[in-house]
Amino acid sequence: MARIIAGVGTSHTPAIGASVDNGKSGEPYWAPLFQGYEPAKAWMARTRPDVVIMVYNDHVNAFDFKIIPTFALGCADEFPIADEGWGPRPVPPVKGYPELAAHLVQSLVLDEFDMTIVNEMQVDHGLTVPLTLLCGTPAAWPCRVIPLAVNVIQYPAPTGHRCYMLGKAIRKAIESWDEDLKVVIFGTGGMSHQIQGPRAGLVNTPFDIAFLDGLSRDPQRLAGIPPLEYLREAGAEAIELVMWLIMRGALGERVEEVHRFYHVPASSTAVGNIILESR
Amino acid sequence: MTDGKRKEKEEAYEDIPGTWVFDAQRARAGYHLNEFLYSLMKAENRKAFLGDEAEYTSRFRMTEDQRQAVLRRDWNRLLELGGVSYALAKLAFTDGKSYQFMASRMTGMTEKEYVEMMLKGGRSPDGWRSKSERPGKA
Repeated sequence: MARIIAGVGTSHTPAIGASVDNGKSGEPYWAPLFQGYEPAKAWMARTRPDVVIMVYNDHVNAFDFKIIPTFALGCADEFPIADEGWGPRPVPPVKGYPELAAHLVQSLVLDEFDMTIVNEMQVDHGLTVPLTLLCGTPAAWPCRVIPLAVNVIQYPAPTGHRCYMLGKAIRKAIESWDEDLKVVIFGTGGMSHQIQGPRAGLVNTPFDIAFLDGLSRDPQRLAGIPPLEYLREAGAEAIELVMWLIMRGALGERVEEVHRFYHVPASSTAVGNIILESR
Repeated sequence: MTDGKRKEKEEAYEDIPGTWVFDAQRARAGYHLNEFLYSLMKAENRKAFLGDEAEYTSRFRMTEDQRQAVLRRDWNRLLELGGVSYALAKLAFTDGKSYQFMASRMTGMTEKEYVEMMLKGGRSPDGWRSKSERPGKA
């Protein structure tokens, strides 16, 4: 049986990827951030998942505004790296798992989560920066990746509660796949940040810490945070944190927090990283 | 949701200071502007745009207001007219600038001042939660 053994929450700030790609990760601005990710990287190398389900959002790269899927599941066998406006990141292409992705679609739709099926898709920093942070710069990514792209750009994004319930349905779907696989699910984006308008640069550390605490202590409370509260308290782009609730929902009732890191800033973003193991 | 409740929600978005929430109405108004910005993902389009900005932008069905704001790099006006920040970033990248540069321009700070603010922990939400906290300001 396939099992979701753990979840990773992490920011996916594009400047983090650019710092690695341009050989700047050792500079004073960036070094503390990469040091902070070392334990998570070591955990990833020890854990060696067969498959990662990457919950992330596309940033007007795979999808323009012709079609805006709320939940899109990547069912291809390979996902090329998008050119976001400064050339594609020099990272390996992402290998998918079409058979398992097709099973997820089947199970989730029958569970009343109407996924958009995507058979060809480029992936952007939302997906590749978490891989870089957790896996470094290998010649090939060490596991297969199933992308789950969530619309958090055009309001309204799906609610936290809806995301949490989707996570639960993903757990059920994975457990009904008859192959011995270790699966790790990533919830990416956030934490507090705003990158638009005169209010850009907003950071709310108490909000972020309470969110990190709540993932293991009271995920139900987090699932009930209304969209407007993310906006008011943590910035227009903090709504990305609903994607962490898909990850949390997929871990079952009991989790143990095995790692946490928090850092301000990466460009305009408060960076958070947490690892939760299912118990 | 009743019409009254829906209106209340849209007004609540408008109550956040210094922010243009990219909701369905703004996205509708900004559609052609954002399609222009999306086109800048391709290297040949970036080159064509930089070669003749007026000609290149005229190929898209955006409004004259939107087009002028593109030519002026009036970032906040572009947000107001339905541009979404991730698409606007492609215009900044085309200019050889960063997200951080674009964000600093939106705040009216220099990039250096903006970076300093972020290094000190970012902008506190205190005073920025509601327009009622900022009489006479952005």
